[in-house]
This record gives sequence, structure tokens and C-alpha cells, in this order.
Amino acid sequence: MAEKPLITFDKVRKSYGMGEAQVHALAGVDLSIRRGEFVAIMGPSGSGKSTAMNIIGCLDTPTSGRYGFMGVDAGRLDRNRRAVLRNLYIGFVFQGYNLLPRTTAVENVELPLIYRGVPHGERRKRALEALDQVGLSGRQNHTPAELSGGQQQRVAIARAIVTTPTLLVADEPTGNLDTARTHEIMELMTRLNNEIGLTIVMVTHEPDVAGYAKRTIGFLDGHIASDTLNREAA
Amino acid sequence: MIWETVRLALRSIRRNVLRSFLTLLGIVIGVAAVIAMITIGSGTTEKVKGDISKLGSNLLVVRAARPERGGPASFTPRQLEEKDLLGLRKGLTNAKAVSAASQSTVRVVYGPENIAASVTGTDIEFFTARDWNVSSGRIFTESEVRGGANVCLVGQTVRQQFFGAGDPEGIAIRVNRTSCKIIGVLESKGTSGFGQDQDNVVMMPLGSFQRRVSGNRNIDTIYVAAQDGIATSDVQDSIEAILRDTRRIAPDADNNFEVRDMTQIADAMASATTTMTGMLGAVAAVSLLVGGIGIMNIMLVSVTERTREIGIRLAIGAHEKHILIQFLVEATVLSLLGGLIGIALGLSLAGLASLTLSIPFAPSIPIILLAVGFSALIGMVFGFFPALRGARLDPIDALRHE
Repeated sequence: MAEKPLITFDKVRKSYGMGEAQVHALAGVDLSIRRGEFVAIMGPSGSGKSTAMNIIGCLDTPTSGRYGFMGVDAGRLDRNRRAVLRNLYIGFVFQGYNLLPRTTAVENVELPLIYRGVPHGERRKRALEALDQVGLSGRQNHTPAELSGGQQQRVAIARAIVTTPTLLVADEPTGNLDTARTHEIMELMTRLNNEIGLTIVMVTHEPDVAGYAKRTIGFLDGHIASDTLNREAA
Repeated sequence: MIWETVRLALRSIRRNVLRSFLTLLGIVIGVAAVIAMITIGSGTTEKVKGDISKLGSNLLVVRAARPERGGPASFTPRQLEEKDLLGLRKGLTNAKAVSAASQSTVRVVYGPENIAASVTGTDIEFFTARDWNVSSGRIFTESEVRGGANVCLVGQTVRQQFFGAGDPEGIAIRVNRTSCKIIGVLESKGTSGFGQDQDNVVMMPLGSFQRRVSGNRNIDTIYVAAQDGIATSDVQDSIEAILRDTRRIAPDADNNFEVRDMTQIADAMASATTTMTGMLGAVAAVSLLVGGIGIMNIMLVSVTERTREIGIRLAIGAHEKHILIQFLVEATVLSLLGGLIGIALGLSLAGLASLTLSIPFAPSIPIILLAVGFSALIGMVFGFFPALRGARLDPIDALRHE
């Protein structure tokens, strides 16, 4: 296919510290991810998978090398330009849900739209639609404290997709959930990947969870150690 | 967007009602103190100005000079005398009225009741000079003044005390053990700016006062009313020239009397008020500074507490300026709230004071607006550093913050 990849890593390096104490979290990584892919990133702690995810999510920039996102050299953009990229094209789901406390579900989901300048009425409408998409209609006025872990993660997913992003970045999205809830969340993400063609990059250390993805990339010591297509999902 | 941010700020303030309130206390106290004092101060000034203008701006007051503490030892005080009065009456061509008055506070008795009242001995021209009239009855006649007749006028308070609503004309009261017959009731003058009841008075001819009350021939005060259209300073110069002559003051000696006009007295009051306002301003500045530091402190706490929230907002696409504005607005709303509470409190205090001190309630709109603007400014200035600190956070670190 001639279509350009959504994400390209070209000899991406990320180092922390100086001199002898310098640590290379990423030691020259090449990678490309196309639109519509569902990728699981695995690896032990310290392997560089979180660093890679932060760069993919435009939260961080490489020390050297090129990170291309939608054909843009995103690694060279300043803070505020990257904030615009995140707001327009990227949704985030975190392990700890990261919802605003004492704020209702629908208001949490509206949040990214506020920074886009979407007027109140339309914002509310789109937030309710997103909540409906994740199966939480009727819960819009509950605060996070009144929702179960699985429900909170659904709210977080609704917040991530309310902007109809191109890419969903998920950082151990099921890390705090039991098996049944994990299954539900992964089903939901699979559905979003299949139905609306949402590109998903998910960091996990659970092989079961990674099994829902179509492709698994294994990191080790700042390098990509394995890159396999999952037969089951494909 | 701004409205959104203000709502957000109000919500976050409501979440910590007690903490917000304690933070505000500095601003509240500072603003309340300033508003209360300035409102009371301008009420007092208004009252005093009103009293002075009631006295008449063309009035000059002549008194014997009192020896100054630490002044020259050679100074010998000398009372005003009848020949000073006669000299002025004869010499002044630009005066509408020249009147002598002596005053003393003595016991006034009617039947079983007695009160302490201010008793003044004076003449007919007094009523012209002081622009004061009777509400019923009549003032003294020429012959009553000349002969020192036992007649008197009473103020509204004295009438009220002795006769209630009744008509006291023709009735005799006792002033300092001698009897005098009431011939009229004076118009009400109310309370003076210095808190004196100006209606608790008895007036009698100067001669009767000197003989029966004071027991000497002294004159306390000479009132001179300038003719309309004549500058009081011109009249003042004439008075000084005449008195230096009647009192035989050597050309190189200082005056042993003083002449003041009402504008000078008004100016003295005004300059005292200005000094007080300046001092208040300094006190207010200190208290607002303390309030501002309190706000900075609590905003730093708030930013730290909400590091994760900032991380979330930054991750989903907030710009630095969005975070900056959010916390700036919060600090501004907080201190503005303090300012508004302070204004309400200050005005209530001033209202209470104006009731108890019977001075006019004179809230100043410019001062209130200034207080509103200043408290908003405090929030912006002292909220800026904490807000900037929040806005500069790295989203990855902020999200990891526990």
C-alpha cells in the first residue's frame, strides 16, 4: 500500500541524565504504525515502552532522531503546538483513569472540547453521545467516586474519543481492573478499532490483554526486540 | 470560555469553603477597615462642613490669644473688653454685624427639675451674625440689652426638658440662682460636628450675663459678619488694625488676640482628614499585602494539590495559557470575593457608626470601585506566580504525581 504510515520512528533516541550517569531509554528505534492498527507495546519495566508511548502521544520529544506523526515532524514542535496536536488527533486512556474528582462524568468527557472552543450546547450533546458509545448512558451525572473502576475507565475512554481522534494512546488501561472488567474494556477497545477504524497504541505487561491487539511490539533495553502480528486477532 | 473558567474557579473555592474564607480574611479586614474609616471620615467632614456653612462663610471669630506653651514669657494674655467691641462697631465699615458674646455652662432650674445648659450672654446683632432666629416669641430689644434686663431665650432642648410641648413664654426660670423671664424659643440647630447639642442653650443680654453669671466684664468672643460680596480677608485686616489700636499693642509686638474665619477652620478640618486618609492608606496597604501573600500561599497549595488535574488538562490539549488563566482567574475571583465581603462589612460598620454618632452616611462610590479594582489586582498579582508554576508543569511528571 502506498498510504503513508500514521506514526514513524526514525532512529529515535531518548536519553536522561548527563555523562556517565546517562541512561538511554530509547537507543535508536525505527518503527512505523499505519492508520487503523491496534498495537500492543510490551516489555519489562525500564525497557523504554513508556518513553516510546509518551513520544507517540506527543507528550515527550526524542533527544535525537525523527518522530513523524501524520507526516509532521512532531518531535520538533514546541509545547503548545504539541498540545494542539494532542487536542485534535490524540485521545488518552491511563491506568489510573485520571478523571477529575468531584466532577460529573459528562463534564469530564466534555473537557477536551472546552479547549477546542466548542460551544456549550454542542459540547454536551457530543459528550452524551460518547458516553452512549461506551455504554454509560444514564450515568452522566455521576461523579467518579460514584462509579466502579470499570465504569470510570469507560468514562475515560469516552473522554478520549469525544474529539473523534485519529489515535488512541492507552497506558495499561486494565491495570487496575479485575478479569471480567478487563475483558469488557478490551472488547470495547476492539469494537472502537473495528467499527470506527480508531488507531490504538496500548502499553501493557499482560499477555492476555496484548492478545486483543492485532500487533504486538516487544521492547527490551531501549530496542524493539520483537514485532509480531497476532494470528488470533488478524 | 472566560465564564467557564469563572464557574470552575467558584466551584473550586466552594470545595474548600473554610480554607477559602480564612485565606480571604486578610483582604476582608483590610478592605472593610478602609471602607468603614473613609465612609465615617467623609460623613464627619460633611457634618462639620454643614455646621460651618450654617454658621455662615462670611463669619469671623475674634478671641483673646491664649499663652502658648513654650511661647515667649513676656506674653501677657488680655481678655477682650467692651472698648474693643465699641472700637470695632465704630471702625468697621464693611461689616454687617458685630456682636459680643460670653458663654458659660451653668445649672438652669425650673420647678423641681434642673439641667446643665450652655448659657450665653450677647446682644441683638448676634442673631444676624450667627444667622439664628427665634421659632416663637421675640429676641431682645435695644433697651433690654442696654439695661441688662432679666429676660432670656431658650433652645429647643431646654424647652423640651422643662415644658414638653408647652409654650414657655412669660414663664420665669432660674439661671445660676437668679430669675429670668422667657421671651422666646430659639430655632433648632441640632448637634454640632463635635457632638455638642446646640439646642441645650439659654441666651440672655450680655450685661445680665456678666452681672449674674460670670461676675466679670469680660467678653469671650466677638463675632463679625462681613457684608455680602466683601472678602473676609479684607475684613480680617481691618479688625486687626482696629484692635491693635484699641488694645494699644506696640508696633513690634505680636497680636494678643486671634481672628479666624470659617474657611480657615474648614481648611484645618480638611487637612486633618487628609492626613488621616493618608495614614489609613498605609495601614490598608500593609493589610492588603498580607492578604495578597495569603492568597499566593493558598494558590501554591492549590496548584500542588491539583498537579494531577493540571497533567490531565495538559495531556488532553490545554495550552500553558489555559492553565495560567484558570489559576489566575481563581486567585482573582477569590480576592475579589474578599473585597466584596470587605466592602459589605465596611459599609455596615459605617452605617452603624453613622446611626450611633448621628453623622450622615456618606459612602463614596469611587472609593468602593477602587476597593473592587484593587482587590482584583491583588489576586492577579499574587496569583500570577503560582499560576505560572502550574502552567509550566511537564504533563508527564504531572500525571505521575500522587
